[in-house]
Amino acid sequence: MSFLTDNAFVNFFKGFVVTGKQPLKPKVTVQYPEEKRPKPERLHGRHVLNRYEDGMEKCIGCELCAGVCPAKCIYVRGADNPPDAPVSPGERYGFVYEINFLRCIHCDLCVEACPTEAITESKLFEFSFSNRQDAIYTKSELVVDDSGKPKVLPWEDWKPGDDRNTSGWLRATSPSGRADLEGTPLWSGELGYGVRSAQAGQSDPQAADVHADFDISVREAGAAEVKGAGGSTVSPVRRPSGVQPGTSQPGTSQAEAN
Amino acid sequence: MSALLAYTGDPLFAKGLDLVVWIILLVKLIAVFALLMLSVLFMIMYERKAIARLGTRWGPNRAGPLGWLQSLADGLKLFFKEALLPATADKLVYRIAPVIAVVPAFVAFSIVPVGGTITVDGYTTRLQLADPSWGILVMLMASSVTVYGVMLAGWSSGSKYPLIGAVRASAQMISYEAALGLTVATVVLLTGSLHTSAIVAAQHGGFLYHWNIFRAFGAPAAIFFVAITAEMTRPPFDLVEAEEELAGGFNLEYSSIGFALFYLGEYMALVTNSAIFATLFLGGPDGPAIAGHSIGPFWFALKVLILLYIYIWIRATLPRLRYDQLMDLGWKCLIPASLALLLIVAGARIGKDGFWGWLALASSALGFLVLSRAIDVGKSQPQDGRLAELDTP
Repeated sequence: MSFLTDNAFVNFFKGFVVTGKQPLKPKVTVQYPEEKRPKPERLHGRHVLNRYEDGMEKCIGCELCAGVCPAKCIYVRGADNPPDAPVSPGERYGFVYEINFLRCIHCDLCVEACPTEAITESKLFEFSFSNRQDAIYTKSELVVDDSGKPKVLPWEDWKPGDDRNTSGWLRATSPSGRADLEGTPLWSGELGYGVRSAQAGQSDPQAADVHADFDISVREAGAAEVKGAGGSTVSPVRRPSGVQPGTSQPGTSQAEAN
Repeated sequence: MSALLAYTGDPLFAKGLDLVVWIILLVKLIAVFALLMLSVLFMIMYERKAIARLGTRWGPNRAGPLGWLQSLADGLKLFFKEALLPATADKLVYRIAPVIAVVPAFVAFSIVPVGGTITVDGYTTRLQLADPSWGILVMLMASSVTVYGVMLAGWSSGSKYPLIGAVRASAQMISYEAALGLTVATVVLLTGSLHTSAIVAAQHGGFLYHWNIFRAFGAPAAIFFVAITAEMTRPPFDLVEAEEELAGGFNLEYSSIGFALFYLGEYMALVTNSAIFATLFLGGPDGPAIAGHSIGPFWFALKVLILLYIYIWIRATLPRLRYDQLMDLGWKCLIPASLALLLIVAGARIGKDGFWGWLALASSALGFLVLSRAIDVGKSQPQDGRLAELDTP
């Protein structure tokens, strides 16, 4: 009797059933300004200039960030520290520090280049300007305050969590990262938040996925969809070959260490 | 049936034309105009919201309460934009073409009965702007004139692509007009009158039971629905615009008010043609009365809303036809089918009257057989060398 349920005429209307069911499902729309999806851990947003816990600025005015910047958006002029009131612990400090966010492509190369972790990127990406002058952030706008929080400028829309995790940490995938240091926090602490655990994920991709909550939920929903339609079994989470869910590989994942 | 044949249109004109009659006509005219304009604003939002839900989205929900003023805002924005005039355009035709595309949709709605009759100050009138003796032919006329708007717009733009788009669009519309006219003729044969109010009256008496959609095995309704969808260039027959594939159709050069008018005409035709489908096949304002009160306009609106949702649903479901598929469906499928249907219905109607009637029915059946054989022969012939290669394994 399959010809009654599996012919072109019936299948034509089966298509309408598929679309007709969609209005009953939960909507994928995120009501953006009020409601936001979680940001990826490595999101590159607005820069901040960090300070040590004693209030000293980390920037030593070496201009490596300006040198590496492919968009030529950073302007740095160093100056000798005044002996009676030093700004940074080193010999010199960043006397002028400007970033033109109309040119910045948020590639994060300045963060990679910085020898003192002075410049890092926050998660803020919703900053817009009504004139070109506002797009050039000066040092006073970039330097964090005494508690380690970035300055909130009038035209910026900071949301909870945007200022977290701004400090650098060892990225196993970064050009300067070494695979044998994965899971070991090497860089100095984040003012106000202490030392962050290093990012895992080089040898265990699933551990990296743990951080990307939104990514997993979307993929799980998609996989359930495929299963529900009687299709193949698509794993909701990308897993490395040979690793079964539930079996751990000792000592490789920061998530398991926690 | 004889009562229907002796039908004389709107009772408003029974006493002759005096001032009150003119005022009633004017009020009805303005009401229909306002209703259609509002229905277009509503329809655009209805479509955007429904198609969003069919894609598990919310759709526009920012402008106004729940976003219902979005289409008003879009329209205002369009009207304040600059109206560009291409240097090579035929200026007069270029400006007139959008108007030609819009007006027929208005005209076609004027024959749609939205309810029964009302009595104001001793004057009884139908809830229908006009009830001429040529009735439903107005709708065919309107859909034919729309083609002029499209063709003239493409030609007068003085540019290659609008011209190609206009030729594509007008070929499609003219192709499906034949099937449309034959199906309407079938309905007219079934009813015995061209008056839309008579067509509706013939379907009254028993909810659902007498509706034309169930007569002649539902074939006229199905053919009419497909043909009218293609005539309006709605998906899956929207090759005229083909948003995802083409830069634009016949209205490529239009901006501002001209573009807005085409848009308006498109959606107005959608509302009007849904209303005409409800009139021809769903009994128009026919429906059960609530507590003794006839609520025809409510049933009419409900039917139109459901039809509009079906159009949106189709848009969300069916992929666009290829141009040769479109032409095949029109010329090799719908036109022969509607022609055969017309023959059979005509034969069956005369068949009631004795020998010559049965002869007519028999010759109709014979004609149908010859026609279907001709279609089969036409289908088995390869169209060109390339298709023949594809057909042979």
